Amino acid sequence: MPGNPPAPLNDAPLLGDWVAVDAGITFYTGRVELGQGNLTALAQMAADELGVAPEAIALVPARTDRTPNEGYTVGSMSVSQGGQALRWAASALRHLILRAAAQALSPRPELAELDIVEGAVLRDGAATGLTAAGLAGRVDLSAQIADHARLRRPEERRARDLPRIDLKERLTAAPFVHDMERPGMLFGAPVHPPHMDAALMSLDLDALARRSGVVEVVRDGSFVGVLATSPLAAQRAGEWARAQGDWASDTAEVGDPVGAIARSEAPAETVFETGSFNRNDGDWHEVEVSRPYLFHASIGPAAAVALWEGDAVTVWSQAQGVFPLRKAIAMALRKPEDQITVIHRPGAGCYGHNGADDAAFDAVLMARAVPGRPVKVVWSRADEFRAAPMGPAMVTRVRALLGPERRIKAMDIVVNSPPHAHRPSAGGTPNLRAAAYLADPVPPAPSKDIPATRGGGADRNAVPGYDVGNVRVRKRLVYDLPYRTSSLRSLGAFTNVLAIESCIDEIAARIGEDPFAFRLRHLEDPRARAVLERLEEETRAARAADMPEATGWGLGFARYKGSSGYCGVLARVELDDQIRVTDAVAVADIGEVVSPDGARNQIEGGIVQSISWTLKEAVQFDGAAVADNSWLDYPILRFSEVPRLRVDLIDRPEEAPLGAGEISQGPTAAALANAVRQAVGVRVTRLPITRDAVIAALSA
Amino acid sequence: MARTEEPGVALTVNGRPVRIAGDPDRPLLDVLREDLGLKATRFGCGQGTCGACTVVVDGEAGLSCDLPLGELEGARIETAEGLLSDPPHPLLDAFLARQAGQCGYCLPGILMAAKALLETEPAADRRRIAEALDANLCRCGAHHRILDAVEQAAREMAGAT
Ligand code: FES
Ligand code: FES
Repeated sequence: MPGNPPAPLNDAPLLGDWVAVDAGITFYTGRVELGQGNLTALAQMAADELGVAPEAIALVPARTDRTPNEGYTVGSMSVSQGGQALRWAASALRHLILRAAAQALSPRPELAELDIVEGAVLRDGAATGLTAAGLAGRVDLSAQIADHARLRRPEERRARDLPRIDLKERLTAAPFVHDMERPGMLFGAPVHPPHMDAALMSLDLDALARRSGVVEVVRDGSFVGVLATSPLAAQRAGEWARAQGDWASDTAEVGDPVGAIARSEAPAETVFETGSFNRNDGDWHEVEVSRPYLFHASIGPAAAVALWEGDAVTVWSQAQGVFPLRKAIAMALRKPEDQITVIHRPGAGCYGHNGADDAAFDAVLMARAVPGRPVKVVWSRADEFRAAPMGPAMVTRVRALLGPERRIKAMDIVVNSPPHAHRPSAGGTPNLRAAAYLADPVPPAPSKDIPATRGGGADRNAVPGYDVGNVRVRKRLVYDLPYRTSSLRSLGAFTNVLAIESCIDEIAARIGEDPFAFRLRHLEDPRARAVLERLEEETRAARAADMPEATGWGLGFARYKGSSGYCGVLARVELDDQIRVTDAVAVADIGEVVSPDGARNQIEGGIVQSISWTLKEAVQFDGAAVADNSWLDYPILRFSEVPRLRVDLIDRPEEAPLGAGEISQGPTAAALANAVRQAVGVRVTRLPITRDAVIAALSA
Repeated sequence: MARTEEPGVALTVNGRPVRIAGDPDRPLLDVLREDLGLKATRFGCGQGTCGACTVVVDGEAGLSCDLPLGELEGARIETAEGLLSDPPHPLLDAFLARQAGQCGYCLPGILMAAKALLETEPAADRRRIAEALDANLCRCGAHHRILDAVEQAAREMAGAT
């Protein structure tokens, strides 16, 4: 047996959990496509392992009535875990097909003489006339995968880029849940209160019901939904209702949320400690950085379709986890899970726990009023900003002790943050927005964040990757802010990497040492060193040739979660009437690379998004509610602001594949902050790093 | 020829004449998606600020969420579905070949903005292309590939004429 079976096989150990054979061979995955091409990579892994062309198999993404339950498609783990599970299933299938082939052939071959190549069964490389598709029907799908899997050797695998299976329809057709059509469909718009604890005080529901195209108004507690005959009528009625409604809330105002987080006296938990912290004297350097609350800000607002038939409800949703969503809906409606089916349909880019699940529950609540008729809900842009969970603001303080030989001897890190992960059905409550204010409410239990053993939440990447001997990391979860937060791409890693790399850079600058050299002196891991060395080499000429006024290069580096992909980013900024990022170069090691261009695409996307977070973005509040309603209130990076960009991968076919989707967020932020520091000589520690923030820092 | 006595607004959509009745305040986006089933044009904000709904109107990029039907009598509309010609439009080929995008929600609008640009300014350079796409947001950060793809299509279109 090739090592331990990947975790997804624990609950779905049978071949038939992952494979069906009818007209062709169909694989089932509990993962979903989030818009990064992960399904293409998964299909490629299954097909390669089996020995057929990717077009020869079908791959069905998560749906609660058929596929294995793999929880959420998150944390860049879809390839590393979901793909490994498919490989095991494909390998077991190959093995059993070859067994059937051996029985059919005479003289009877040894199994080792047989293989499947491009769908054909070969005996010592020669055709046998048998095919995988022809024999698959003879395989007993009740077999245990772990009993039969014999994975191909890494040398047999080919890293290559397949065209995205779903890209063409995304360009010219209608693959999104937003695009679904069904006979008799109605269109719903939710009217969400501005805060989670708000109570609906007044809204003229009769007048709402008389708006043009409205067929039904649904009210349950403080949740209101409008059903109409067209999307436009629903949208207009929803807007009218939001403008008319009046809600009350006891939630106290917070003047300066980031300041409140920084000053929090909530208990701090030590999440990591090694060495000792008895002495506080010596040459300590300190940097404290913060980021504001951030939106997911997907270009397509959350959407879903729901249909009730008798006691059963079917939901089509773009959610990251169809099984957890089913559980959450069951909790909120106090209904058995087996009456609920959730089927994944693509949405616009998903960067974490956004409003997808909430919109699905909105559709369920509204469709309940019109059994037999499908209801499609598409949130408004204002809903998308105001009702969805946000990425929490954070404050991370790093202190580093510089010892003899200009080596860092100790690092002491404190992370203050509202909790990150607060996903549907986690922690025993639904964590669906409307569930909090139904007549029979099921409010969310406070999030416990994510323990360090699972990669950490607020404290993700708070343990420095450098060899410094004495390290202490404390996490202070701040619960008393009224804003709804959950997982946003890379969780705490973005801010923690920014903080650690800012401190490292500050010390290197203080002692006048090259930032690459200083980091390399504190790194033994050969893979980490290789990434930095490659980045240094690739950019040496450009850095040496260039140093006009108000221009700076900055470096950021981290191994995501301390256990996943390595990524170094070097960025160049110019400051004039604005802060312009002219270049970004990244080198990454994500272990075995399944689809190089797909991986580069994700890393590039992470860099661009991180530039936007770092330089431009901050949620604005009006008391306890989100104030932003449109893109004018919350600008993100535009085409003419995007730098020249290059991403290089160090392929390590012998290593396990690691995710690429989140590894560049933190290093990019750090590279930018360090580049600005080099350009103007002062450090902006409070994000976003805007022109005004730089001017303020210069005159401070 | 528009016969004014018939109710509704006469338009050409991807070369096909259509007549659309009903509320003249309805945005073109709604007409395309709901009346004509052309769903590649996406709803992103409905506020004229994201570009997901961009189409080509009489040769220029326009935000279909912000164009009332009543103002479009006689207009020539092109949507991303129109790129599926035979052979496909070079922009479509270039975007697919370069994997220029991730979720793709923004892409039909970007394709149409790029088409309008390249038809009026075939020699547009990268900087000009970026400027012309500034009304189109992409949250997945595929900008750099998208610019590569538009440049490639521009070269191919220049070579073909
Ligand atoms: S949907 Fe028209 S600009 Fe956003
Ligand atoms: S590719 Fe997802 S928004 Fe552009």
